[in-house]
Amino acid sequence: MHNTHFLLTDLLFGIPALLAIGFYIGAVIITNRQGRLRKWPWLRTFSFVVGVLFAAAALIGPLARQSHTDFTAHMAGHLLLGMLAPLLIALAAPMTLLLRTLNVHWARKLSRLLQGSYVGFFTHPIVASALNIGGLWLLYTTSLYAAMHANIWLHIIIHIHVFLAGYVFTISLVYIDPVSHRFSFTYRTVVFIFALAGHGILSKFIYAYPSAGVPVEQARIGAMLMYYGGDAVDLLLIFILFKHWYQSVRPRKLVSVAGKAV
Amino acid sequence: MTTIHNTQSNSGNRATFARRNLWSGILFGLGFVAFLDETLFHQLLHWHKFYDKSTVAVGLISDGLFHAFSWFATVGGLFIVADLRRRNALWHKMWWGGKLLGGGAFQLYDGTIQHKLMRIHQIRYNVDILPYDLVWNISAAIMIVVGIGLIVSARRERREGRGVFSNA
Repeated sequence: MHNTHFLLTDLLFGIPALLAIGFYIGAVIITNRQGRLRKWPWLRTFSFVVGVLFAAAALIGPLARQSHTDFTAHMAGHLLLGMLAPLLIALAAPMTLLLRTLNVHWARKLSRLLQGSYVGFFTHPIVASALNIGGLWLLYTTSLYAAMHANIWLHIIIHIHVFLAGYVFTISLVYIDPVSHRFSFTYRTVVFIFALAGHGILSKFIYAYPSAGVPVEQARIGAMLMYYGGDAVDLLLIFILFKHWYQSVRPRKLVSVAGKAV
Repeated sequence: MTTIHNTQSNSGNRATFARRNLWSGILFGLGFVAFLDETLFHQLLHWHKFYDKSTVAVGLISDGLFHAFSWFATVGGLFIVADLRRRNALWHKMWWGGKLLGGGAFQLYDGTIQHKLMRIHQIRYNVDILPYDLVWNISAAIMIVVGIGLIVSARRERREGRGVFSNA
């Protein structure tokens, strides 16, 4: 990777990141002008901006540059790009914002697209988990990791994949935006446990058998960062999932439940 | 009057949600022991290794699955406690019985199958390991026995209308 390559990736990733933030804030301003809807929570805007900045930090700037030679820095970037940024962006409910901002005609078209089988396929918990965790196994246990540093286009495609797979994985497990293809809490929990296990096992696998070209010391610190950092972000996801469960089983007829039992 | 009525509803709710009390305890107990294992023996004492070269492949899978499951069990178990409290149905004796049973069962599995058979890692390195293994597994067995004892006793109280059910 040379400086011209860095310039290319800076522009390729930096411009969409700035555009995303700009569009989101623009949509919030437009939607807040409509008096009949409640004000868009500022926490969502904050979550979106921080999420995009975290993703950008893994793609451009000092961390991204260091990632090319340092596996630990690479793993810190991976946690930001593939886990924390997707979660923060999902929490910002971008589709809800878009549906609120668009006029009825376009909102209907978008909602039809979201209900379609194409979106349904990729947001199926098992498909999303396989894309996310399977992609990581492919990256770190084959020669793909070394090839990624030699080929700029491979580098770009893999980084886009890591972010998108992380995002699809997140929205397939916790429902923030409207979801038409819904799965039960039990179903999502079981898939989620296997996905999380796949991530943890891969971390220890990298510790034991570092990817080609990665020094053992870097691989070990990077693997532990992946293991415990992954746990930390997953704890947030698990907490949100169970909080939704807790809200969904709220007893509506407390009195009659008690009455029946007496 | 109100107090008596509430007691009646509470014991009724406990009976209705007996299994949920038990499973919430088992899940939280398992998650709690796994969490203690990670903080105490991995992070603070540095006795356990992150990875041991003698680990067999299935050990890596078992460790990964249990580690992932324990996170869900801890958080999920506590959310179920919150749900039981909201329903006035938290039954402490049953819950603690489940907690000790779940925690002890995981510790025994960890101490025998995962440490010895799958060789994920040992409790401590460069020491005579036998006393460590004995303390580990005997304490696990004690937790299981006490846990089952509490569950049996809780069931008997419900059947015979004693303890928390004495007003029902």
